[in-house]
Amino acid sequence: MKIQRVLALTALLSATLAAAQGKTTITVGVFPDLDSVVKAALPGFNKLYPNIEVKINSLAYADHHNALTTALSTGKGANDVEAIDFGYVAKFAEGNGMTDLSKAPYNAGALASKFVGFTFPQATTQDGRIVAMPTDIGPGSMFYRTDLLAKAGVKPSQLNASWDSYIANGKKVVAANPGTFLIPDASEAAQIILRTGLKAGDGLYFDKANKVLVSPDNARFVKAFTIAKQIRDAKLDAKAGGAFSPEWTTAFQKGNLATEFSGAWLVGHMQNWLAKDFSGKWNAQNLPGNTFASWGGSFYGIPAQSQNKEAAWELIKYLTTNPAQQVLAFKTTGAFPALKAGQTDAVFNEGVPYLANQKARLLWRTAASKIQPLDVNKLDPIADQIVSDALGSVLDGSKDIPTALAEAQRLIERRAR
Amino acid sequence: MTAAPTTPPKHARSGGWDNFQRKYAPYIFISPFFLLFFAFGLFPIIFNAYLSVHSWQPGSGLGDMEFVGLRNFTDNLTDPTFWLSLKNTAILAVESGLPQHLIAIPLAFAINMGLKRAQSFITAVYFLPYITSVVAISVIFFTLFSWQYGVLNAALNSLHHIPVLGVLFPGEKVNWLGERAFVQPSIAMVIVWRYVGWNMLLYLSGLQAIPGELYEAAAVDGATRSEQFRFITLPLLRPTIFLAVTLSLIGGFQLFEEPFILTNGGGGVGQAGLTTIMYMFRTYNAYSDAGVAAAMAWLLFIVIGALTIVNNLLFGRSGMGSNEAPR
Repeated sequence: MKIQRVLALTALLSATLAAAQGKTTITVGVFPDLDSVVKAALPGFNKLYPNIEVKINSLAYADHHNALTTALSTGKGANDVEAIDFGYVAKFAEGNGMTDLSKAPYNAGALASKFVGFTFPQATTQDGRIVAMPTDIGPGSMFYRTDLLAKAGVKPSQLNASWDSYIANGKKVVAANPGTFLIPDASEAAQIILRTGLKAGDGLYFDKANKVLVSPDNARFVKAFTIAKQIRDAKLDAKAGGAFSPEWTTAFQKGNLATEFSGAWLVGHMQNWLAKDFSGKWNAQNLPGNTFASWGGSFYGIPAQSQNKEAAWELIKYLTTNPAQQVLAFKTTGAFPALKAGQTDAVFNEGVPYLANQKARLLWRTAASKIQPLDVNKLDPIADQIVSDALGSVLDGSKDIPTALAEAQRLIERRAR
Repeated sequence: MTAAPTTPPKHARSGGWDNFQRKYAPYIFISPFFLLFFAFGLFPIIFNAYLSVHSWQPGSGLGDMEFVGLRNFTDNLTDPTFWLSLKNTAILAVESGLPQHLIAIPLAFAINMGLKRAQSFITAVYFLPYITSVVAISVIFFTLFSWQYGVLNAALNSLHHIPVLGVLFPGEKVNWLGERAFVQPSIAMVIVWRYVGWNMLLYLSGLQAIPGELYEAAAVDGATRSEQFRFITLPLLRPTIFLAVTLSLIGGFQLFEEPFILTNGGGGVGQAGLTTIMYMFRTYNAYSDAGVAAAMAWLLFIVIGALTIVNNLLFGRSGMGSNEAPR
């Protein structure tokens, strides 16, 4: 009896000791608002993994990605888990700084079917490595001002029937509401058309064999440029340039925009600061021409230099594949779940107060399932810049469409070696 | 116990310490400068030179560098966008550089001659833009230049409604930063505004080195203010002009912040606001092509070096005939 008790005590002691020694601390590098999602996730995570302690290192959006670049370049200073925004994922995909999650013990490829279809290709390299796991997405829709449309007698369905219908009815909206614009910038229409109607397996600017797709003979590019030019020529756009430019912000705040194409996350900005005064006047609808596109999204990856890859992977799995956690993230910051199982919660049937209680989340969920995957290419950032420059010179009338596209094709081909 | 030994007993033993103090201490005292210089001055230059003959993506580790010889340089020299950026930089340097000096010289002369009392106040006012955060400046100007909601357009439009003079001003709103023709002048305007005070200060100190007797003598001989400016001020100010123009030249070819922020980092319509440094930053940051960016830095260095030599030949001591330096 006595010996048994001593044995049990020793076993208990050694177990606690082992537990104390087995406690790993990992760090997570994130940017706002994703840091609040991770913070909210930790109590639930620690219940399942009491042996893993998580420290959050949050930096401003650009600083976070710059710090990550530096850490990957020098091979020192990266966190065990790193959040990567959609805009940067291709950049980090092409280097060798991130752990390939497609290999054992991670086998992330087997999880792909659980996620919205277009997310995995964004983080997969040309040679099949998976560098990050998707966590949230930005399914796109057309936001529109119900009051401005009503004044012009235009139905929302007339705006999104087709791009031609969008322009024709858009003219009526602007005519009926002097001082307003149909869209912040004409180039937005081109960007959506470029991202939809792709052939399976093709990327945005390159096909599978790395051939440049930009050319005056490619219908997708010609259509994108033509529609954008029609919008500009009809004086329908505010020439605001990119989203969050001062011109864009002011137009929103003054209530001078009739429509805007963006990800579901725009509603958060609108209700908090961008268009506070116009609550209940905005509504959402699918993009023109029955097209579906994605605006942004976030990923988590493990730098190759991490010393705690196992624990890091547990955290990533929890953040991305746990349905309850994905719903919690959605409730915390409106981060739309990339996990399909995260999209079945009752909260998706609720109306969005800012959008006059419209059940927009169902719209976004359908949109998310229809967005096509785009293959990433390491030259995408260069091609993106060259094509948007070409579009700029078409819009300001200094070049015609065939000339601009032929020139862009030449410039991109020069880089592809 | 003998007091006060003639030679301290320490001396013989610690001759090494004394020796050390004499020989090495100065180096230790001066070492902070050299350490900082090596870390932040010399090392980046050497690393950049090394980088310029390698192909490297900043996202992967240092081990992934691949030697490519002079390919990065030929890549740049055959890149139309590089030449466009160089052309933009040259145009902006002239558009923003020339007015700076044409305004600053007479301004400094006027302050030096007529406004003795308020001199320091006025100098401070003109100098203020130079020390203000360039980001803050560009954001303010961005708002002023705004096409739909900008103060500049509002002002021009209200001037347009003045009866007779109105025809001089545009009735339509000008898209300052959104139209090819206006991008460069808009950026130049901001730069001129920012650096006039700095140049004025340079010229003011140059002017104060000119002996007052010269002006007095000229006044006795009946020279007017404008004659004094032409025949005394300008020739004696030549070394200062040379210095100020050299600084403008170097600064002009390194233009980055103002055009970067005013064009949202993209270079604006038709890339008219894309300077070489901006393109270098884009090549490194967005294109992840560190080697090509490093080679671009050396090409820009060669351009600035060549222009400085030309400037030296034209305006420096060896230029303009006279070799006399004013005393």
